[in-house]
Amino acid sequence: MPDLQDLFDRSARAASATVFWTTRAARLMIGIPDYETYVAHRRANHSNQPIMTYVEFLRERQEARYAVGKGRFRG
Amino acid sequence: MHTSLDSSTALQSKLLWAAVAVLGAVAFAIVALNRGEAVNAAWLVVAAVCIYFIAYRFYGLFVANRALGVDAERPTPAYRHNDGLDYVPTNLYVLYGHHFAAIAGAGPLVGPVLAAQMGYLPGTLWILAGAVFAGAVQDMTVLFLSTRRDGRSLGDIVRAEMGPIAGTITGIGILLICVIVLAVLALVVVKALVGSPWGTFAVFCTIPIALFMGVYNQFIRPGHIGEMSLIGCALLLAALIFGKTVAETPTLAAYFDFKGETLALVIIGYGFVASVLPVWLLLAPRDYLSTFLKIGTIALLAVGIIIVRPDLQMPAVTKFIDGSGPVWSGSVFPFLFITIACGAVSGWHSLIASGTTPKMIENERQIAFIGYGGMLMESFVAIMAMIGASVIHPGVYFAMNSSAGLIGTTVEQAAQVISSWGFVVTPSELAEVAKNVGETTIMSRTGGAPTLAVGMASILSSFLGGPTLMGIWYHFAILFEALFILTTVDAGTRVLRFMIQDLVGNAVPAFKETASWTNNLIGSGLSVSLWGYFLYVGVIDPFGGIWTLWPLFGTANQMLAAIALTVCTVVLFKMKRQRYALVTIAPATWLVACTVTAGLEKVFSPDPNIGFVSHALRYGEALAAGQLLAPAKTVAEMTRIVVNDYIDATLAAVFVLVVVATVIYGLISIRKALASPQSTAMEIGFAGAVAGARNA
Repeated sequence: MPDLQDLFDRSARAASATVFWTTRAARLMIGIPDYETYVAHRRANHSNQPIMTYVEFLRERQEARYAVGKGRFRG
Repeated sequence: MHTSLDSSTALQSKLLWAAVAVLGAVAFAIVALNRGEAVNAAWLVVAAVCIYFIAYRFYGLFVANRALGVDAERPTPAYRHNDGLDYVPTNLYVLYGHHFAAIAGAGPLVGPVLAAQMGYLPGTLWILAGAVFAGAVQDMTVLFLSTRRDGRSLGDIVRAEMGPIAGTITGIGILLICVIVLAVLALVVVKALVGSPWGTFAVFCTIPIALFMGVYNQFIRPGHIGEMSLIGCALLLAALIFGKTVAETPTLAAYFDFKGETLALVIIGYGFVASVLPVWLLLAPRDYLSTFLKIGTIALLAVGIIIVRPDLQMPAVTKFIDGSGPVWSGSVFPFLFITIACGAVSGWHSLIASGTTPKMIENERQIAFIGYGGMLMESFVAIMAMIGASVIHPGVYFAMNSSAGLIGTTVEQAAQVISSWGFVVTPSELAEVAKNVGETTIMSRTGGAPTLAVGMASILSSFLGGPTLMGIWYHFAILFEALFILTTVDAGTRVLRFMIQDLVGNAVPAFKETASWTNNLIGSGLSVSLWGYFLYVGVIDPFGGIWTLWPLFGTANQMLAAIALTVCTVVLFKMKRQRYALVTIAPATWLVACTVTAGLEKVFSPDPNIGFVSHALRYGEALAAGQLLAPAKTVAEMTRIVVNDYIDATLAAVFVLVVVATVIYGLISIRKALASPQSTAMEIGFAGAVAGARNA
């Protein structure tokens, strides 16, 4: 049943894409951008400088969300 | 070949839009013209959705492309300052979710419920027209301005474009709106939890749950945000279900059965603690929980309304259209447009649209979808709230939203008074609703949230769980509203504290140091005392608080929208795009008219039901003559009413002054802009200040 196989494959791809984008959207809703994008940016533009680990990155973002003049609400 | 393909797609597209227009018109006619028989909520949904699509395609895109002149070639701050943290080019749909989650607050859920006292039609018309011509235009234009200015805040934009004095006035306006928003939102929570052990238990449980999540994420398994949020949600549901047992066990229920005054003090104390503690411990985990719960519940409600398709029981227009309503006082103009703030147009959004979103936009072409489209979604949430308030029995609606001073404290009294208004209801019907949702009483649960909770419970329980789960759904709705209102209160208290530190810091520079613990404690104390004062006054207000304070809240919010639209207009003139300036001038004029009229009426109206001063005079005279006027029962209550009236009158007067001053500064800036031959807008980046001239 090649058609069924194809259907399964496509559904699986669609499901994994949905999970991928939903996770990203959910993370950004609470103020956490994409970590991979951050790492790629640091590698490409600041190659000789340190890169935060994932946990450091999360904590930095958490502080920034509620910080003065940076977070969601500013004067 | 290509042309024939293109023209056939163009034809298809035209036919599709024509079909949407016809469907929208039919649905709208059914909603607006039907009299006497119940209208199905599905027609309201269809009419609203068709209007949103047409508005986006034919007005939103017009404003973006022609009036603002978005430039697809111009690099956005996300690229120019890309740091992988604040400035990150972000996928359009992901950013839409982020923006919507940030603007969606309690306003669109509460305002429409209160407005339903005039019937569902007046409020619905304003929600639709307001969003299309004012709210969405404001959100999008502010987002555009901020994107062209490195993601600067609204206050900074006003300062740069209209001068430092206008900037300071806006700053004061923003400070006042924060105070009154926090007070009124906290009041909504208090009103929902008074004498409700089930709700109070569930909402109190969110604090230890959040603390646990904070510790979990900081020490036990750092970095597992999703896992932490799932555990939090599971605990929250457990607390919600166990709440029923608490309410049914008298010894336990006694611990969670509070008076309004106690709840107000608890929330004030909590706001102080949350503002002082590090964010990872309490604020952030609660924020995560409330964000996910909020988005999930909004989606669930939308699905529920589509599946259940309930009939609207509220008439299209009630007799309270004349301004004599028991929920809030005042006529359609200007008070309806003040009562529904968020959902139609909200000044609060201009702070969000000049916050984090502009730093993540990939391309200026996406501004319309995110700014205009985000607001349309928010407006749809308001339509759903209007449906939620209209599917319940009108008699129940008025029993829940009128203060005890008007309808008494027993179901017999209330049924009699409300039936005399023309909404026939029996005492047993009122008692039945309370019993179904697991409360001892539903009377005078003002503030909108409990009414919406009853509406949501009746919609959701009819497709998930049936009548047995009605109580769970009711308290779920209360929990969801309380959770995200309290998160706004936490975050807002911090923001207010920073604003106060900044303001006071101008006189005492040492106070600006935000890392200092002394400053932290003093600043947080000042911040909670400001909104706490209005909250406490609202709770002990014999009129029920909402009746008095909601118009002030709406005026403050619309005042900020008027300021935002004024600066948008000024910038259009500075960019030499004045031939399109009507798109912001029209809503700005309308909002200025509404806020100034409402503000002046609140101060000077000779009708004591509307004017604070005449109300104060009436109670003052009675007090001097040694009389007591209802609903006050003691001399102290009489004095309190008089003092509060004067404070509220002062606040309303300040709002009017802020709006008038901003408009005057706006006119001065426009005159200067017209005198200059080229663009004077302070844009940053590619092509700099000549961008406007290039486009002119």
